[in-house]
Amino acid sequence: MRNILMVIEKQIKDTFKNKTILIQFILFPAMTLIMENAITMKDMPELFFTRLFSVMYIGMAPLTSTAAIISEEKERNTLRVLMMANVKPVQYLIGVGVYVWSICMIGACVMATGLPGEKVPAYLAVMAVGFVISIIAGACIGIWSKNQMAATSLVMPVMMILSFLPMIAIFNGSVEKISKIFYTKQIMDLMDGIILKETAGIGRFGLSVIVINSALLIVFFLLAYRKKGLE
Amino acid sequence: MITCKGLCKSYGDKKVLDGIDLDIKDGSIIGLLGPSGAGKTTMIKILTGQLDASGGSVEVFGKDVKNLTGDDKRNFGIMMDNFGVYERFTCRDNLKVYADIYGVPKENIEKILEEVGLGDSIKKPASALSKGMKARLRLARAFIHSPKVIFLDEPTSGLDPQSMRSIHKMITDKKEEGCTIFLATHNMEEASKLCDEIYLLNEGKIVEKGKPEEICRRYNRLKKIRIHLTDGKDMEVSAGSESADTINALMRSGMLETIHSTEPTLETVFLELTGRGLQEAG
Ligand SMILES: Nc1ncnc2c1ncn2[C@@H]1O[C@H](COP(=O)(O)OP(=O)(O)O)[C@@H](O)[C@H]1O
Ligand SMILES: [Mg+2]
Repeated sequence: MRNILMVIEKQIKDTFKNKTILIQFILFPAMTLIMENAITMKDMPELFFTRLFSVMYIGMAPLTSTAAIISEEKERNTLRVLMMANVKPVQYLIGVGVYVWSICMIGACVMATGLPGEKVPAYLAVMAVGFVISIIAGACIGIWSKNQMAATSLVMPVMMILSFLPMIAIFNGSVEKISKIFYTKQIMDLMDGIILKETAGIGRFGLSVIVINSALLIVFFLLAYRKKGLE
Repeated sequence: MITCKGLCKSYGDKKVLDGIDLDIKDGSIIGLLGPSGAGKTTMIKILTGQLDASGGSVEVFGKDVKNLTGDDKRNFGIMMDNFGVYERFTCRDNLKVYADIYGVPKENIEKILEEVGLGDSIKKPASALSKGMKARLRLARAFIHSPKVIFLDEPTSGLDPQSMRSIHKMITDKKEEGCTIFLATHNMEEASKLCDEIYLLNEGKIVEKGKPEEICRRYNRLKKIRIHLTDGKDMEVSAGSESADTINALMRSGMLETIHSTEPTLETVFLELTGRGLQEAG
């Protein structure tokens, strides 16, 4: 427990020093605030930017930052020093995961400021689940890559799929069909329900996509961890 | 404290360590001297449980190294050549990470930074440190929790003389505090200056071991004495009694300026044993 807290504390200290990751955390919340307040067009769908950026946030920030944090520590071998100091790999991963999740939740709270109060809890709950899934995906990449370069080149395509497909799906029917098999698109649809309708829900298909996506990622994670550990 | 018998390690078909026997006693500085590629880093990794051996046995603190617990490993201080630091953190914050994990009081952080000569750089980010200063920071990190056994993998490789001296001083200080130090190096002078016992490692085999002076004396086959005369000339005479008169005469006449025995250095011993120099790459 103590080791987990130490990892979290170390990451918190790094937050304002590590500009590349800091930008990940504040980009979409900041853009949401700006766009929702600056752009007021007649035909603009309600809370369009909140809905769009929320999902892009899920697909980018936790994924990139988790992968970057783990791969940097691997590259510099500081991770090995932690292991020699008897920090267990699980403790390290939990520490990083909790940290990234917490920071992202702060971002989500910022993004929720435009929502009517009664919708906020459901919104945050969906964001919370989305972050967890993306953190697992980021951890897979971090564990799989030897260094930051390798991690970045893996993060790019995954981020494109998770983050941009749901966005492009808004304008293109065939992309929408493909995007439905990814959890980010399902979360986007769910989010639309929460924000735009009185009652929101998720269909059997949507739920199974999220469950299967998560299950696959956990399997990937375990395989990567089994094969590479935190070496 | 640390013993290994018949230790072997292979990567695929390549034998990197081949039947190593070691016996390390408490409170001494042990040197593992060998050229690059000899297997020094591999050896330290195995002794510290970072890597499994392919054969033979390794015992640390009287236990098989595979069975060491986290508490046992707390007694290790390790400085590997590729262990980095948190570049964006200051020296103090770097050490604080480990001080917290080990439960070391915060006051010790500044104390140890002073000791390695980084007292003025406590608040500097690690990225702003020179290579030598960074090495000292990594050394401070290896010492922060007052470990009993310290493993140093080429701690001064490529460093400026000042950093080197400061690291050497830290090492001897730690020995005086009762630590056992295992020093892997390809620097012959460093090994002969610091170590109580040296193992010469070449291509995965220990080719010679003993106290540095002892090894050198053992290979002193020529047994010559070198004399420097006041007129600037040098001469060599055999070290036997037959030279006594010559030396006597020179001393009487005031011609003799300096007189030395010509024991080989560890470098020449190594060359004689293996046919290669310590600075050559493997
Ligand atoms: N992971 C590895 N896979 C294959 N060969 C390795 C590996 N690590 C080290 N070696 C080889 O083992 C030999 C000894 O390496 P090392 O222990 O690093 O030597 P030293 O530290 O004395 O320079 C070298 O020939 C090196 O190429
Ligand atoms: Mg080495």
